[in-house]
Amino acid sequence: MTQAIELNQVWKFYGDYAALRDCTLSIQQGSCCALLGRNGAGKTTLLRILAGLTNFQRGAVSLFGEKPRAEKARRKSGFLGHGIGVYEDLSARENLHFFAGITGRSNIRALTDTWLERVGLTRSANMPVRQFSRGMRQRLALARTFIHSPKILLLDEPFTSLDDRAIAMLSELLAEARQGGATIVLSTHQLREALAIASHVALVENGRLRHAGERTQEMLDDPALLYRIYTELGTQ
Amino acid sequence: MTLLVQAFAVARKDLAIELRTRESLTAAGSFAIVILLLFSFTFDPFSDESNEFGGGLLWLSFAFAGALVFNRGFARELPNECLDTLLASPLSGAALVMGKAIANFAMLLVVELVSLIVFGIFYDVHWLSESAWLSVVFALATWGVAILGAVFGAFTVNLRLRELMLPVIIYPLMIPLLIAAIELTNAVLSRQPLSGQMQWIRVLIASDIGFTTLAWVLADTILVN
Repeated sequence: MTQAIELNQVWKFYGDYAALRDCTLSIQQGSCCALLGRNGAGKTTLLRILAGLTNFQRGAVSLFGEKPRAEKARRKSGFLGHGIGVYEDLSARENLHFFAGITGRSNIRALTDTWLERVGLTRSANMPVRQFSRGMRQRLALARTFIHSPKILLLDEPFTSLDDRAIAMLSELLAEARQGGATIVLSTHQLREALAIASHVALVENGRLRHAGERTQEMLDDPALLYRIYTELGTQ
Repeated sequence: MTLLVQAFAVARKDLAIELRTRESLTAAGSFAIVILLLFSFTFDPFSDESNEFGGGLLWLSFAFAGALVFNRGFARELPNECLDTLLASPLSGAALVMGKAIANFAMLLVVELVSLIVFGIFYDVHWLSESAWLSVVFALATWGVAILGAVFGAFTVNLRLRELMLPVIIYPLMIPLLIAAIELTNAVLSRQPLSGQMQWIRVLIASDIGFTTLAWVLADTILVN
């Protein structure tokens, strides 16, 4: 199978502090990799490198053979970080119209309408986001992330503080994206939700990839299994 | 999608937000008017010399007011981590900075027009008959100032003291532009032929090309990290 994402001996330093240490990881096209690890382990840094948002000092990273900052790579990827990434003073429609436009999609108006309906925001499409509830903002952020049908989805703790409706919507969108051949990398603390949809798991601990491999039935039965094994190893 | 189409999409978005919030225009416009008003107490506003110092007065007020516009340009992208979203999208860094410059340019032109009207009233300067040449000078100088503000707005966006740092960095770089703009504006207001001022027009054009190229080449490097 084609490798969608490849990291080869990647090091990232913030000053003298090594946030990522010699990380090597390959993610196959169509797989869903759950990036696990404690706060400060390096998950967000890894995702930001993949999204082309931060440079790294050593190693090599490619998305479908392109560097993360290459336009071809960014055209294929969708990123959802800690912020929802939408403008408070624009309406939901204007936000989606803008983001669909800069991703180079055609038939933007129809696409915007489709996604507004998909995330249940048609009736409030012309309201400024400032007036939206938290749940509505989250659904708009999902529409913004998925609107250009990305081949690679980079999601940083996507389940955090989502309401039930948004969790159901995200799970459905992720399942649909995988069926369409998209590759997903998501960092999370919500082990059960992540392991339920993941095909692969990577555990980051103190900037090192301690484990990378397929998600097993044992992990589903005992979501904290990896943490127990590798945290104990890490303290030896 | 070409760089210009993306840049205009960014500019359109920024102007739509500005039309709703009026944050930059209100602050920058009021500031420029207050400067003109305060200087009217220092100089004799009805002397013939108004045409001689008018250019300097106008361009200094535009430069000070411009800093308020430039500071908002990229700061607008910080809530909800919109800047990260833009940088992770296929939008190029150059298109983002160009888009910000186009929005800066449009907002500064509005501030300049309002200031010119106020200047005409306070200082008894009849600039309307020279509006064609003034437009050329203002357009050339304003683009240079706007693109410089956009490039260094990107550079300072993540600094804690960005409101302070941006003017400290851009004003020294603006000096050639401002001198040229002041000389040309004084010449137009004094109804002198611009044929004798070609060197200043060349300075404006060279600055515009230089700063635009700088934005194009450095934008991505400045924005990432």
